[in-house]
Amino acid sequence: MTSQRDSRTSEPPVPAQSPPDPIKAVPVRHPGRWVAAAVIVVLAAMFVHMLVTNEAFQWAFVFENMFAEPVLIGVRTTLLLTVLAMLIGVALGVVIAVMRLSSNPVLSGMAWLYTWFFRAVPRLVLAVLFGNLGILYQQIEFGLPFDNYWMPLLGLEGDARVFSLDARTFLSGFMAGLLALALSEGAYMSEIVRAGLQSVDKGQTEAAQALGMNRSKVLRRITLPQALRVIVPPTGNETVAMLKDTALVAYVPVTTELFFQLSAIGSRTFQLFPMLVAACLWYLAITSLFMIGQYFLERTFGQRGARAGVGGRLLSGGGGRG
Amino acid sequence: MTLAAGGPVSDDRMVVAENVHKSYGRVEVLRGIDLEVRRGEVMCVVGPSGSGKSTFLRCVNHLEKINAGRLWVNGQLMGYREKGGRLHELRESEVAAQRRDIGMVFQRFNLFPHMTALGNVMEAPVQVKGEPRAQARERAMRLLERVGLADKANSLPDQLSGGQQQRVAIARALAMQPSLMLFDEPTSALDPELVGEVLDVMKDLARDGMTMIVVTHEMGFAREVGDSLVFMDGGVVVERGTPAEVLSAPRRERTRSFLSKVL
Repeated sequence: MTSQRDSRTSEPPVPAQSPPDPIKAVPVRHPGRWVAAAVIVVLAAMFVHMLVTNEAFQWAFVFENMFAEPVLIGVRTTLLLTVLAMLIGVALGVVIAVMRLSSNPVLSGMAWLYTWFFRAVPRLVLAVLFGNLGILYQQIEFGLPFDNYWMPLLGLEGDARVFSLDARTFLSGFMAGLLALALSEGAYMSEIVRAGLQSVDKGQTEAAQALGMNRSKVLRRITLPQALRVIVPPTGNETVAMLKDTALVAYVPVTTELFFQLSAIGSRTFQLFPMLVAACLWYLAITSLFMIGQYFLERTFGQRGARAGVGGRLLSGGGGRG
Repeated sequence: MTLAAGGPVSDDRMVVAENVHKSYGRVEVLRGIDLEVRRGEVMCVVGPSGSGKSTFLRCVNHLEKINAGRLWVNGQLMGYREKGGRLHELRESEVAAQRRDIGMVFQRFNLFPHMTALGNVMEAPVQVKGEPRAQARERAMRLLERVGLADKANSLPDQLSGGQQQRVAIARALAMQPSLMLFDEPTSALDPELVGEVLDVMKDLARDGMTMIVVTHEMGFAREVGDSLVFMDGGVVVERGTPAEVLSAPRRERTRSFLSKVL
């Protein structure tokens, strides 16, 4: 190797040619672009003019009520619902995706069934359905199953229930809405996580197994961190979609939620349209905030994906002797 | 290291394969492999693609389940326990424990792309053996030094050349202090000018007395470093001997025609 390099440097260098005059050409004209731009500017001006002059908007009324206390409580509930539903949804999604990829047919079948059901039923229907689950059960009780059958057979009295909740209280409003959104999200997230896990090269799993790692370690240390690159961007989209879908729980009904509050003010004052505009503004504002968050998340996990994962970041701090 | 009754005694034999069969559906990939690898031996396996040589290697550390026959490494039956005349599959954790003693280097490196070179080498000692981080780091640095990459400790795999990645992969496998190393065509995915640096690391390892099974197309390496050479074709061992014997004076026609194409 070295002898080759030596002989190469001893050769006379190939002379570089000096460039000719740089090209100065007349650019192609785009008259169509100018026409299109003019049309759009005029249309935009007309729209803004309409916003300002049309009295149906009642801007003063919009802003006066947008920050009323019940509306602000509604914003808080909406944010809380979004965050909780997404947290539960992502956790469920990971569990269901891992079940789905399991070689145990009962587990993967159950995971398929779950995804099938919660993707097939519209969220609005789920929300209303969960609001009415109190019809099925008066009490939600935890204990050993089928105790009303086997305890008498064994000659035992009483029951094998350790903990119970009043279903009507537990499943009313917020909890029912949250469950509907979170369980539905779990189904969508499981498909996203599954796609992410399957995007990781099989050689990664083999290399980890060859080093003596067991399956859960391979998942936690090797597969999942690399899958994040594929999982994170659509999860951002899911979060934005979830924020908007929280409006559906107004039909559970969840009375402290943003859309419910604004439409309540609208119906009470017979000024529904301005309150709908107020709802648009709130959702626009919160979604924009989320999008900023999404941008930073994707920058960390997205493109640099694999690199920024758990191991790399932990280790990049020290060990810089080399 | 005791054996179930009937198994080969673990004397100086590191790997014992007895009539190993492997098929995918109806396709028979291995059709009865009998091989022995002694401690400290470097065995090179050559043969045309599809001859089953890589599959055999993957059976040795149970990445592939064999369909018939027996395979012992270090006196342990791989993947099974023989009890009362029946084979019982080992639990996943037991298989994982068996693999800790066997290092493997892949054709396509398979470094973990989200960890630095140092992170790759430290990963298994810390996560699998529970070694303290400081100790693992120190040993990992020494291994990287040994493969000539101490200055690349904090580089991510995609910042390294193919040859460098493969040397990190060797260091990663060595970090578990295995008693057997498997090499699955370690230089086949490399640019020709990078092959030498990987072979040098492997030669160094062989000189230190590591037991190695090397599936390769590098006849020069086999001749120089190998203690034995196995020629496989169609899922069987066609010929076995010292590299000099097999390469210079092949006894079988099939071996001769293969060698005439690659030498």
